[in-house]
Amino acid sequence: MFNREIESMAGNKMKELQLERLKWSIRHAYDNVPFYKKKYDESGFHPDQFKSLDDMRRIPFFTKQDMRDNYPYGLFAVPLSKVVRVHSSSGTTGNATVVGYTKNDIEVFSEVVARSLASYGVTDEDILQNAYGYGLFTGGLGLHYGAEKLGALTVPISGGNTPRQIMLIKDFGSTVLCSTPSYALNIADFIEVNMPDFDISSTKLRLGVFGAEPWTEAMRSEIERRLKIDAYDIYGLSEIIGPGVSSECSEKSGLHVFEDHFYVEIIDPETGEILPEGSKGEIVYTSLTKEAFPGIRYRSRDITRLYHDSCKCGRTLVKMERVTGRSDDMLIIRGVNVFPSQIESVLMEIEGTEPHYQIIVDKKGSMDDIEVMVEVNEKLFSDEIKVLNNLSKSITDKFRSSLGISAKITLVEPQSIPRSEGKAVRVVDKRK
Amino acid sequence: MNVTQLSAFVSNKPGHLQKVLKVLADRGINIITLTIAETSDFGILRMIVNDPDKGYEALKEQSITCSTTDVLALEIDDTPGSLFKALDAFAAMDLNIEYMYAFTQKRNDKAVMIFRFEDIEKAKEALEGKGYNIVRKIDIIGEKR
Repeated sequence: MFNREIESMAGNKMKELQLERLKWSIRHAYDNVPFYKKKYDESGFHPDQFKSLDDMRRIPFFTKQDMRDNYPYGLFAVPLSKVVRVHSSSGTTGNATVVGYTKNDIEVFSEVVARSLASYGVTDEDILQNAYGYGLFTGGLGLHYGAEKLGALTVPISGGNTPRQIMLIKDFGSTVLCSTPSYALNIADFIEVNMPDFDISSTKLRLGVFGAEPWTEAMRSEIERRLKIDAYDIYGLSEIIGPGVSSECSEKSGLHVFEDHFYVEIIDPETGEILPEGSKGEIVYTSLTKEAFPGIRYRSRDITRLYHDSCKCGRTLVKMERVTGRSDDMLIIRGVNVFPSQIESVLMEIEGTEPHYQIIVDKKGSMDDIEVMVEVNEKLFSDEIKVLNNLSKSITDKFRSSLGISAKITLVEPQSIPRSEGKAVRVVDKRK
Repeated sequence: MNVTQLSAFVSNKPGHLQKVLKVLADRGINIITLTIAETSDFGILRMIVNDPDKGYEALKEQSITCSTTDVLALEIDDTPGSLFKALDAFAAMDLNIEYMYAFTQKRNDKAVMIFRFEDIEKAKEALEGKGYNIVRKIDIIGEKR
């Protein structure tokens, strides 16, 4: 364990630590972020009333919409001079969400990622090839700093360029690969198609750290079989810190939540009521130590279950099940968060359209594939192919520039998209 | 008056072209010539029919995306080099042909080519004084009843 004292702390001691830190965090948000003060004053809650963990229920929730409404720096609790880094989610202007980190926050971020890596068995002897995208996305830099903190030799290759990924696995002797699970399968596909004589077991690769998109046990087996590695899940969300909110251990059964930094609750997504341990519901996060961007009762919309199972790895930290779904319509496509409403607003920008559309998300090989079907009405139609091809191209370009995803645009006949009760079925997710 | 072309958007899938043709057949609309420009996902069906207005209404009623466009219908000799020579007139004026296709039957012992230009009037000017016969709408659909 990277931090034995914390990771194997007795349950009651952990609760004491959490209560003490919650008091600080709630007070910190209330005193320094006008949004929290206003919201709490209006709802009749005051940080002085927070005396035990039972009082959590009295605190209003915090949502992604609140982040958008306060774009970009409105929810920061420290002056910008204390903020050393920002990360941001995808989104059209005003739809993007921005989070900030102080030096201490980066330290915490690195610590929880280092703990995650250690829990899979990564050590300072390892050569870690980080194929998460470096940039505004939390995955790249998050894993990078955590790996360095652990002392692993870190190869900051970033995402894409599959032939080069494979070359470095060979030449640098990488032992650990970090990426989205679908990209790992993409590498396996590439080897199979283009390098039939190459045997992956001739390399030193032994372990994979995968996250940033939902994946299944079946995908784990496939990755392990095809890349000849052990594959582990890392979970996180930028609103709370990034990857490293929770991670699997050697048992590969459930993810331990780093409870000394993140307080978790399961609620009924309809009523907002807290559900008893073991119930399935929406997981809600509260940051306990974050300085720049405190998040108090953040509704993640991720559906899971919390439980304790006296894990063989020796960690006493609460476990969460692999996230199985969402309580809203957000799609995660190649690690990018996309809401159907964002897709709609892109289509609305195309001149003369209030098109009926349908988004079909599927796996093409191992990568997520997004196809947007757009019904061609009379305003869009032309007797010239080039006009229609330009239409597809301009929609594709807009998707790339404002959502950061490449989508295949298919123009279809009017009335060809199925409608339920007159309203078009907007999203078909065939990955489920 | 220019010849009117009726165009329709058709998915590139079995049965879809037939659906459009059935709508026209049910209304007694005769297709004089047609061409299809296809992509992997869809095609554009372009037709010269005996009653483009009625064809347009019929397709619209069935929610088929369609439009009408003026095209240039030009008689040329049915001999080697005639089309080559006709295109000379357009090239000289730097006029780009968006697309073109042919009538399936001869008229007055001549071939008929359909041209789509960005600006049809300019194309007609290009042919002026060169002895070409431009087929008029009335020649194809007759007097409107």
